[in-house]
Amino acid sequence: MKVLYFAWVRQKVGLAEEVVQPPAEVRDVAGLVAWLSARSPGHAAAFAHPGQVRAAVNQEFAGADAAVAGQDEVAFFPPVTGG
Amino acid sequence: MARIAVQAAPFDLAAESAALVAGRTDLGGIASFVGVCRADDGVAALVLEHYPGMTERALAGIAAEAARRWPLAGCTIIHRVGRMAPGDPIVLVLTASAHRAAALEACAFLMDWLKTRAPFWKREELADGSERWVEARHEDEAATARW
Repeated sequence: MKVLYFAWVRQKVGLAEEVVQPPAEVRDVAGLVAWLSARSPGHAAAFAHPGQVRAAVNQEFAGADAAVAGQDEVAFFPPVTGG
Repeated sequence: MARIAVQAAPFDLAAESAALVAGRTDLGGIASFVGVCRADDGVAALVLEHYPGMTERALAGIAAEAARRWPLAGCTIIHRVGRMAPGDPIVLVLTASAHRAAALEACAFLMDWLKTRAPFWKREELADGSERWVEARHEDEAATARW
């Protein structure tokens, strides 16, 4: 599974992207956040306030209950501020 | 139908507008919006980053939604990324239609949706060398919800 980070989420994690292999019990975005949070202090800091982080699964915005698996591309970022 | 571009380079409003009109006699008007980098209290520069791939998909999806809601003859969305100084143009939205109401409404719709549904993030660099990420505004969510 490819995980991407953007904006201050990237800065806190300290990585723009990584390839991870979460265990089978990680089935949705919320589960992935909990699992990723244990990987490093940076990850933990980035996900300390889950309400401030948005997600996309395979380049579509996704909620905490969206399913994730196998070869999905999952991204985490703050609320968008373009325009 | 829509022309979508995410680029570092500036855009040419006149050339993009002419491209929408080229070869057509059925247009009644083109509405345009140009977003400009604003120097909010001490901002020396704005740095825009995005999610390559998802950004283009999101913008194409927003343009398709506008085309479902209004009879558009053409639509252009160009969003710049990278470092911009106050006064620099950031985003261009053009909508062409046989009648002005459709063009004007679709242009406003595209900007409102783009602000909350396309993966761009702004970081402000301040004159004192510090930096901060721009926070999403509730007003923008409300503007998106009105459509």
